[in-house]
Amino acid sequence: MTLEFLMASAIAVLTAAGVYLALRGRTFSVVLGLMMLSYAINLFLFAMGGLIVDRPAIFDKATTEYADPIPQALVLTAIVISFGMTALTVVLALRTYLETGTDHVDGPPDSLDEPG
Amino acid sequence: MNHLIVLPIVLPALVAALLLLGRRYRLRLARFVSLGSCLVMLALALALLSEAATGTITRYEVGSWPAPFGIVLVLDRLSAMMLLVTALLVLPVLCHAILTSLDRKGWHFHALLQFQLLGLNGAFLTGDLFNLFVFFEVLLIASYGLMLHGQGSARLTAGVQYVIINLAGSTLFLVAVGILYGVTGTLNMADLALRVAAAPAEDQGLIRAGALLLVTVFALKAALLPLHLWLPRTYSSTSPAVAALFAIMTKVGVYSIIRTVTLIFGADAGAAAWAPSPWMLPAALATTVIGFLGLLAAHRLRELAAFALIGSTGTLLAATALFESGSIAAALYYLPHSTLAGAALFLVGDLIARRRHGHGEALAPGPRFAAIEPLSLLYLLCAIAIAGLPPLSGFVGKLLVLDAARSSAAWPWIWAVLLATTLVAIIGFARAGSTLFWKSASVQAAAPPAPAAVRTAELLPATLLLVLLAALTVFAGPVTRYMDAASAQIFSPADYRAAVLGAG
Repeated sequence: MTLEFLMASAIAVLTAAGVYLALRGRTFSVVLGLMMLSYAINLFLFAMGGLIVDRPAIFDKATTEYADPIPQALVLTAIVISFGMTALTVVLALRTYLETGTDHVDGPPDSLDEPG
Repeated sequence: MNHLIVLPIVLPALVAALLLLGRRYRLRLARFVSLGSCLVMLALALALLSEAATGTITRYEVGSWPAPFGIVLVLDRLSAMMLLVTALLVLPVLCHAILTSLDRKGWHFHALLQFQLLGLNGAFLTGDLFNLFVFFEVLLIASYGLMLHGQGSARLTAGVQYVIINLAGSTLFLVAVGILYGVTGTLNMADLALRVAAAPAEDQGLIRAGALLLVTVFALKAALLPLHLWLPRTYSSTSPAVAALFAIMTKVGVYSIIRTVTLIFGADAGAAAWAPSPWMLPAALATTVIGFLGLLAAHRLRELAAFALIGSTGTLLAATALFESGSIAAALYYLPHSTLAGAALFLVGDLIARRRHGHGEALAPGPRFAAIEPLSLLYLLCAIAIAGLPPLSGFVGKLLVLDAARSSAAWPWIWAVLLATTLVAIIGFARAGSTLFWKSASVQAAAPPAPAAVRTAELLPATLLLVLLAALTVFAGPVTRYMDAASAQIFSPADYRAAVLGAG
């Protein structure tokens, strides 16, 4: 029971923080928010195989019970992709800041009033 | 085992890696390699189409691992058709990018294009939900690079938004995949269909939630109404040739909706059966209205083309949302038309903008420009195609959609929206066209523009797209027969499951 509660609350807190940060106006907090969301998703995927303690994921003659190896493989893929994407967004956000002089996701507020 | 199926994925992956090795100073070589790869891909798509046209569903087990455990690629009529549409779209777009020297404006244009093809072909061929996610990521990551190609501050700002919205979409995709895996314990789509049909009643709510989340992600890619806001800004900020290529990206969303809903969440799926259908139709109709109304509000040619793309994708989704054999067949005919016509409008807009000195793509009167006559003709043909007037394929497509909608209870809505938006589209295109071409005579050029060397070759790719549309109209009979058969195949998911999971 405690393990389930710990996992569920960790996913919930990470998701809440991620959504809050992702809705902010500046790119840095948005990047942080997306990172939090991807951590929450990694935990979520991991928990989808069932929370099993002390069981091997690969074949072992000594046991008959196994932890589900597929979510672990999925999480690994998801971690690689989200790592790459975080690096890309950081570089992109920096480049945008240097070129446009603002780190607002929507650009400088007055730029919206300029004719198309 | 037929290894032809895996080639549309392996070929661009190898070519892209090769192109990365030969850097910018080998641009001529890169162009030839990239063009050659696209030509081979077209030949492959034709070969696969002729194989799928016989009605067999072919599976390819990667690494020879049997179906529910290993990764499978599946070729049926629908995926073969999508491969062919992609190959037919990419060739003119690549020629346009080469002729207008877009690939000179930054590094690795050709490599990114090949990676994009890898993701697209993979998404159409895979028979596994998690691999669909991976191929989505591949095509998205390549599209970030292509979208930002050439740079500029407006493109960067729009690029950040595009990347962020798609990262949020990918997160939701993983949640949906996680829920479905947690409940059913499989990711193979054919196996998933069996397990969902056999799921106990207490799990059906979760499956329904997973189905709706999955369709939400696909709807984000397809720019369905509340999720369409990213598209006009992105497509009007990137280079027109890339935007033309992205015309297929919204169709990836539509393809995924058709594939997953009919296969996994079809009639057998209990509480999740046809889960998205009551939401999709109103949203699709609203998308059509917003898209074509946007034509009236556009200030620039690329915005015009972007809203036209939203509108025609909305029409396509409206036909899809009925989830009946006839309406899906009509949608499948409208899909290549919508892709090719949307791309043609982006390319023609680019050609016009390049010749209007000092006015660019702004929809405001300017002086006459070089090659105004052939360009105005091309623009007219694009407008006719997208609005859905005879004689081009848009008319046939809309007619098929309207005809298929007659059996639906919501047919008055569908007819009213499609016919009214056709009128709005005609007005929008006429307004933009008369501003661009007819009011040009009354405006004197401030300084006589330098007689730019007009290369007629630049007009060829856009013309080729329109020729393809004409061919789609002329051969409407065989094409609709194929689409009817494809739709019938989609609506007998038991055949798909047997082909993927069965022995042999």
